[in-house]
Amino acid sequence: MTIVADRSACIGSGMCALTAPAVFDQDDAEGLVVLLVAEPEGADARAAAEAVQLCPAQALSSAERQRSSAEQPGE
Amino acid sequence: MTQAPPVPLHMRRDRFDPVEEMTRIREDEGVRELETGYGARAYMVTRYADVREVLSDGSRFSNAGAFRPPDDTRTDAERDRDRAGNLLAYDPPEHSRLRRMLTPEFTVRRMRRLEPRIVEIVEDHLDALARSGPPADLVSGFALPIPSLVICELLGVPYADRDEFQDRTGQLLDLSLELDLRRRLARENREYMSALVTQAQVDPGEDMLGMLVREHGHDLTTDELIGIGELLLIAGHETTSNMLGLGTLALLRHPDQLALVREDPAATAPAIEELLRWISIVHTGVVRTTTTEVEIAGTRIGAGELVFCALPTANRDPALLADPERLDVRRGAPGHLAFGHGVHHCLGAPLARMEMRIAFPALLRRFPQLALAVPYEELSFRAYHFVYGLRALPVTW
Repeated sequence: MTIVADRSACIGSGMCALTAPAVFDQDDAEGLVVLLVAEPEGADARAAAEAVQLCPAQALSSAERQRSSAEQPGE
Repeated sequence: MTQAPPVPLHMRRDRFDPVEEMTRIREDEGVRELETGYGARAYMVTRYADVREVLSDGSRFSNAGAFRPPDDTRTDAERDRDRAGNLLAYDPPEHSRLRRMLTPEFTVRRMRRLEPRIVEIVEDHLDALARSGPPADLVSGFALPIPSLVICELLGVPYADRDEFQDRTGQLLDLSLELDLRRRLARENREYMSALVTQAQVDPGEDMLGMLVREHGHDLTTDELIGIGELLLIAGHETTSNMLGLGTLALLRHPDQLALVREDPAATAPAIEELLRWISIVHTGVVRTTTTEVEIAGTRIGAGELVFCALPTANRDPALLADPERLDVRRGAPGHLAFGHGVHHCLGAPLARMEMRIAFPALLRRFPQLALAVPYEELSFRAYHFVYGLRALPVTW
């Protein structure tokens, strides 16, 4: 699974850092999302998928690897 | 004193539960047009998916709506001044500009740095309770003072002023009081924060008002600084305090779940999410104004209409989770809407979670025999308040 984080949409709610702390963090300067692992696996991937769903600002999306490029992330 | 008006439908509860009529609306038409109690009609949205959609789409559901009560005599300039700095009264990009200044202050990591001080504050209040009781009122001795002291220190508000501002904001958000009184209190509140902002501008401290002056003083007007300060002070103590009071009561009513939170540190975080969902202290978010014609749950709503979201019914929608009427602190309830959704999602959520994560287990471990000191039926809930809560919670141990 590949995770994409859009910092311009991020509102710094911290939901991702709380839900999947191994995958997401927030930077000190702006409080916005920092992607620690772009391609999480196993339990981290499941937590990251949940964080994508929970993000209040819809700033996160995910895509399965090796899929055709026509598929839109998060859809 | 005139008689209190009837409680608006969307605020009516039977202790912890939304009244049956609210649940019926969610199950039947989903959306109902009704009288808000603010002198205007509005469409109430009750289902989980619809509430999520409304709250996440600021382009169709605007927070910066032009609604004004019929008897609002303020000029446009006065209205602009009154809403300056209030993040909830703006849409992006104006909203983003203000929010970006505050996000670094509320990161999960920043909250962890506050943890030792919050632990100390909680322990101090538990010590004081142990010295003076049993019995004790858990609202005035625990639930209210802890978040109040935390936000005072964080923001830079003298804690000695707490009685004054707690009393004022408590009344400000009490919808049974006359509008004239609430407007006067709003003016007083503004004057109070104005004095603190002036002080911070002269001598900015290490607190959040000081930070805003130092780092954003060139970009923020004085009115904006006052508005931000007012919002953070109100939101910082009127919310977590009611969750601590009602959350403790909910656990006392479910002794097996209380025991779990008391004994298993890993149970705390999921328990807090479930308590947030099940109690949903904020009846509705800020009212939105439609910018175009929309359709929600099959109801067509024209442009320029008011829409608001009923959070308690959305959080008990079977579409969110199975058996939604039951409190089950083991399940964690991800996806609840108690902190809202969309770009206005509660800025202080990480702080609120941190305070609850420390306060609930500490209380239950200090007083393992904690019990109600009065019959459950005699407890008084704040029925007319923008944020649901308990007037008092008499306990013994």
